[in-house]
Amino acid sequence: MNQPGLPQLIIMLLYLGVLLALGLFSSRLFKGTKEDYQVASHSIGPFMLLMSLFGTTMTAFALVGSSGEAYKEGIGVYGMLASSSGIVHSLCFFLIGVRVWKLARKNGYTTQIEFFRDRLESDFIGLLLFPCLVGLIIPYLLIGVIGSGGVVQSLTAGLAPNTFPVLHPDGTPNFASHGGIPPWLGSLVICIVVLIYVFFGGMRGTTWANTLQTMVFMVLGVVTFYVIATKLGGKESLFANLRALSESIPEDKATRAHMSQSKFFTYLLIPLSVGMFPHIFQHWMTAKSANSFKLPVIFHPIFIMIVWLPCVLVGTWATGSLIPDTMQLPSNPNAILPFLVTKLTGATFGGKVLAGLLAAGILAAIMSSLDSQFLCMGTIFTNDILTHYRGKENVSDAQQVLYTRLFIILIVAITYGLSLGNVRSVFAMGVWCFSGFAALLPIVVAAIYWRGLSAAGAISGVFAAISCWGILFYKAVDQESLRTFTLKLPFGEDGTPIMPVVVMLLSSTITMIVVSLLTPKPSDKTLAKFFS
Amino acid sequence: MTNEKRTPRGMWIVAILVVLLLILHQDNWLWHDDTLVLGFLPIGLFWHLCLSVAACLTWWLATVIAWPGDDDVQSEEEVAS
Repeated sequence: MNQPGLPQLIIMLLYLGVLLALGLFSSRLFKGTKEDYQVASHSIGPFMLLMSLFGTTMTAFALVGSSGEAYKEGIGVYGMLASSSGIVHSLCFFLIGVRVWKLARKNGYTTQIEFFRDRLESDFIGLLLFPCLVGLIIPYLLIGVIGSGGVVQSLTAGLAPNTFPVLHPDGTPNFASHGGIPPWLGSLVICIVVLIYVFFGGMRGTTWANTLQTMVFMVLGVVTFYVIATKLGGKESLFANLRALSESIPEDKATRAHMSQSKFFTYLLIPLSVGMFPHIFQHWMTAKSANSFKLPVIFHPIFIMIVWLPCVLVGTWATGSLIPDTMQLPSNPNAILPFLVTKLTGATFGGKVLAGLLAAGILAAIMSSLDSQFLCMGTIFTNDILTHYRGKENVSDAQQVLYTRLFIILIVAITYGLSLGNVRSVFAMGVWCFSGFAALLPIVVAAIYWRGLSAAGAISGVFAAISCWGILFYKAVDQESLRTFTLKLPFGEDGTPIMPVVVMLLSSTITMIVVSLLTPKPSDKTLAKFFS
Repeated sequence: MTNEKRTPRGMWIVAILVVLLLILHQDNWLWHDDTLVLGFLPIGLFWHLCLSVAACLTWWLATVIAWPGDDDVQSEEEVAS
C-alpha cells in the first residue's frame, strides 16, 4: 500500500466496480422494449432528472478544465462559463425542454430528428441533421475520453516508473505523470466500463449512474477544496487559510484586467448549446411529467456554483505566492487540480485515499456525460436512420434495442480510436463543438414558437450554421489559433473581439427567417398538432 | 399542479428578471477591482456567485408564476386506448 499511486488505483477500480454493479442491477428492471431502453419508459422523477441533467452537462471541463482555465485566465472564468450557464441552461430547460417534452409525449418522439421531421413534414431535415449532430458530438466525446486517460495517469503517477516512464525531452522524469497508468489504458478501461453499464442498463442504468456520479463529484469536489485550502494555506482555521490564499493571488488573476469585455459578453451565447444537445433532448424525454422539470430549472445554477467555485478558487490559488518554490507545476493547466491533490496529500495514506477519491470524482463527472452521449448516438442511429428507412413494421422492439446496443459499441470504438490520434487541441474543440450546437438553436426555438417556420427555412438555417462553422473553423486552424480565435468588429483602437458563435448564430437565424418567409409552410393539420 | 398559475403578467415578470440577470452579468464596473469580499472572495467572483443565487431565485419564481407545463399530456397511443 506504500507504493505511490496504488491506493488511488484501488479506489478508482472499486468505484468502477460499483458503477458496473449499478448498471447490471438496473438491467434487471429492463422491460425489453425500445422505449424502456432509450427513455426509461418516461419514468424519471424530479430528483433523478435534476441529477442526470446536471451530471450530463458537467464534463471533464467542470472539474479539471475549470481549475485549469482559472489558472490561465483568473477569476473571470466563473462569469464566462459558470454563472452564464446557470442563467442560460435553466432558460433552455424552461422554454424548450418543457415544451418539447409535452409535444414529444403527445406525438411519441424520442429524438430531435423525429420531432423535426414531423414538425416540418420533411425527411431531408433528418438526413441533414444526423451527420451534423454526430459530427459535433464526437469532439465532445473525445474531451471525456482523453480527459479520463489524463486524469488516471496524473493520479496514479509513481505507480510503475519502470513500466510506464514519462520523461522530459532532456531525459529526466516528468513527475506529474511518470509511472502512472498510460492514457491509452486509462481511457480504454473507462470506455469499457461506460459501455457495459450503458449496454445493459440503457437509459435507466445511465440515469441511475448519473445520479450517483453527480453526488460523488459534488461531494468530493468540496472535500478536495477543503483539504487543498488547509494544506496550501498552512493556517489554523479554514477562514484564515482562505484569506491567506486569496491575498496571495496576483492582481491580474484576481481581476479580469487581461480579459476582453466584448469576448466575455459574447461568451454568453455558448451555453445556448444545451438547447440543441441531442443527449440532453433524450434526457428530457425520460421525465415522468412536465413538473419533473421544476427541480432542474431551479437548482441547476446553484449546482453549477457548488462545483465551479472551489475549482476556480483552487486554479487561481495555484498562481499565487503560497505555492512552494519546490513545487514545479505541470505545464498542462488541465493537470493542475490532480497535481495539487497528489503533491499536497500524497505523503500520507489518508492523502492517497483522498487522491483516489478525487480521481473517482473526476471520472464520475466525465462518465456522467459520456454515457448519455453514447446512448444518444445509438438511439438516433436506430430510430432516425435504420428504423425510419426500413419501416417500423419491419423492425421489432427487440431488434431496435439490439441495433441501439450495436451502434453504441461502434461509436465507443470509433471515439476510442480517435482519442489515440494527435488530438492535443481537443479541449479547444469543446468550445467549437458548443458553438456549433448553439448556432443550431434558432431552429428548435422557431419549431416550437413560430408557425411560420418552413422546412426550407430550417434546412437553409442548418446549412448556414454549418457552413459558417466550417469556414471559421478552417480560419482558426489555418491561423493555428483554435483556442484563442476571435473575430474583430471595427470599433475601438484595436477592434472589438467577439466569439465566432455570434456570427454563426446570426447567420443561421437570418437565413432561417428569410427563407421561411419566402417558402410554403407545413400543412394546417401538422401545425395544429404543434400549436393547438 | 396545473398551469392555472401561469399568467401573461407572470411571464413578463420572469422575462424582465432574466433580461436583468443578463445585463448584470456584464459587470464592467468591477473589471479592475481586486477588493476581497469577506477577506477572501475577489469581488468579481463574489458578484457572479450572487448572480448564480439570483438565477436560482428567479427560476424558482418562474415555476410559481409562469410555469409552462402541466401534467395532463397524453400520448396518441394512450388517447387511443
